[in-house]
Amino acid sequence: MTGWLVPLLAGRLVRLAWLLPVAAVGLFALISLAPIDPVQAYVGGRTSQIGPEQRAAIAAVWGLDLPAPERFASWLGQLLRGDLGQSISYNAPVAQVIAARLPASLALIGTAFVASFVLGALLGLVAGATRGQWPDRLIRTVAVVLAASPGFWVAILLVSVFAVGLGWLPSCCAMPPGRLASEVTLAERWHHMVLPVVTLSVVGIAPLVLHTRQSLIAFLDSPAAGHLAAHGASPLRLAFGPGLRHAVGVALTLHLAGAGELFGGSVLAEAVFAWPGLGQATVRAATGADEPLLMGIGLATLIFVFAGNLLADIAARLADPRLRGQA
Amino acid sequence: MNGVAASRRSPRRRAALQGGVALVLLGAVLAGSALLPESAQTVDAVARALPPQPGHILGTDLLGRDIAARTLAALAQSLQVGLLAAGCSTMVAVLLGLAATFGRAADHVVGALTELALGLPHFVLLIMIAFAAGGGTTGVIVAVALTHWPRLARVLRHEAQGIAASDYVAISRALGRSRGWIARHHLVPHLVPQIVAGFIVIFPHAILHEAGLSFIGLGIEPHLPSVGVMLADSLREIMAGNWWVGAAPGLGLMLVALAFERFGEALRRTTSPAGGVA
Repeated sequence: MTGWLVPLLAGRLVRLAWLLPVAAVGLFALISLAPIDPVQAYVGGRTSQIGPEQRAAIAAVWGLDLPAPERFASWLGQLLRGDLGQSISYNAPVAQVIAARLPASLALIGTAFVASFVLGALLGLVAGATRGQWPDRLIRTVAVVLAASPGFWVAILLVSVFAVGLGWLPSCCAMPPGRLASEVTLAERWHHMVLPVVTLSVVGIAPLVLHTRQSLIAFLDSPAAGHLAAHGASPLRLAFGPGLRHAVGVALTLHLAGAGELFGGSVLAEAVFAWPGLGQATVRAATGADEPLLMGIGLATLIFVFAGNLLADIAARLADPRLRGQA
Repeated sequence: MNGVAASRRSPRRRAALQGGVALVLLGAVLAGSALLPESAQTVDAVARALPPQPGHILGTDLLGRDIAARTLAALAQSLQVGLLAAGCSTMVAVLLGLAATFGRAADHVVGALTELALGLPHFVLLIMIAFAAGGGTTGVIVAVALTHWPRLARVLRHEAQGIAASDYVAISRALGRSRGWIARHHLVPHLVPQIVAGFIVIFPHAILHEAGLSFIGLGIEPHLPSVGVMLADSLREIMAGNWWVGAAPGLGLMLVALAFERFGEALRRTTSPAGGVA
């Protein structure tokens, strides 16, 4: 059965082999274009305490006094040795900053990935089974409205209702403030994750709901479903029986291919909830002109999106053997 | 069965209806903010953090600014930036879509650019480009323009290659017309419907992403009223229970985005009635 897997992986590796260097050059060129002086961004309001000599010294430590081609060569040389450089805003190696913050983001993204898949497929199946009736119209309206809402605004609404108004859930951070990580219980961690995960799960759910609904409808219109219906199967039973198999493969493929967008959503969700993940680091890197960190995050998310697409391709072929002939 | 009757209405009339709603909303926001008196946006120390009430129908913020007036001004700002950015992005898509007909090499370059643009999460790429362009309103416009083109470019490339393979283009080329001349006179006129529809699909994404960038401080400058900045400011106020500060700007943006998203969807269905998601 794995006869198709090896060529697929080989083809994708070739693509990654040209995509990564091109992206590295592109990111470096893009970020070198920035008219923002990192030294000025670092010094900020402390202009009176830091004179021109110190500025020159800071620039020399960061290698900013070298011309761009030389900087690129040294960055590339470091990169090939697995060193992403030194983050300015965190004053630590970029790889270390990413490694320290990735688990928090992955916990958020992973939970939201599962939650939105279950919710989206469920709503899509119900909508497809009740086509044209009120549950279908309600679900579609909610999905379309969510698709048109800014994700961070949904987060703000959730905070004002569930954190401020009702006081059920915490509005910020990954754990109660002022406590050591070792003292925090698992229940408290989950409690803090609820609102960010709900935000991240619902904002991007529309395509999943609509596509699941569509592929279920395609199944319900097929002669096979007509036959089962003639034997007395109701649309809802068909939806959660044979229709589930039919629709879920497509849904999983779509969801995996869109996993990269969850990272984009997590940048905003982490900004609202002060979640100590990679999204927050991205914002801090961009506002603090932390170029090495920004490039490191760019490459890391490129691999994240690539992995999502690869898994989507594999899922599509597992669900539909007809695709296996194509590389 | 009202819903079924509505969906059986002719796609053209549906698109015209949705388009009318979207354009009236856009016009109302732009005209409303232009007619707004200067005094409506000033700081009023007496009327601080008032909940919605007669006189301030959407309440006031901690500085005593009227939320309704400020939301209107912010929406107008966001929509203008969004229109400009979506317009630029459409231009990029048209140029790249047409460039793909200029021979194999050009087609490969456009393909590689598309791959790169889709290789990073959308919002991360937006942040990188906004940063590279120096942030601010210019940064947002450049970032949105350079990130929203791939889907439209792909559609245009497909269409343009179809037309470029037709007989009259071959004759035109045999008569010695240059590729640029053919693109201008034979390709673009055929692509106008797709270009307009593409712009309308890009626009709601443009305003949502502009708001996101402004929210994290990489977009429209904080002293200008914009939805993203208002929502960022509201984060502190909702902790004090002033929920109305955050509700109105987001709702306004959502309504505009929704109107244009539905317009785009209705337009798309006039050309491909079967291939819809609904």
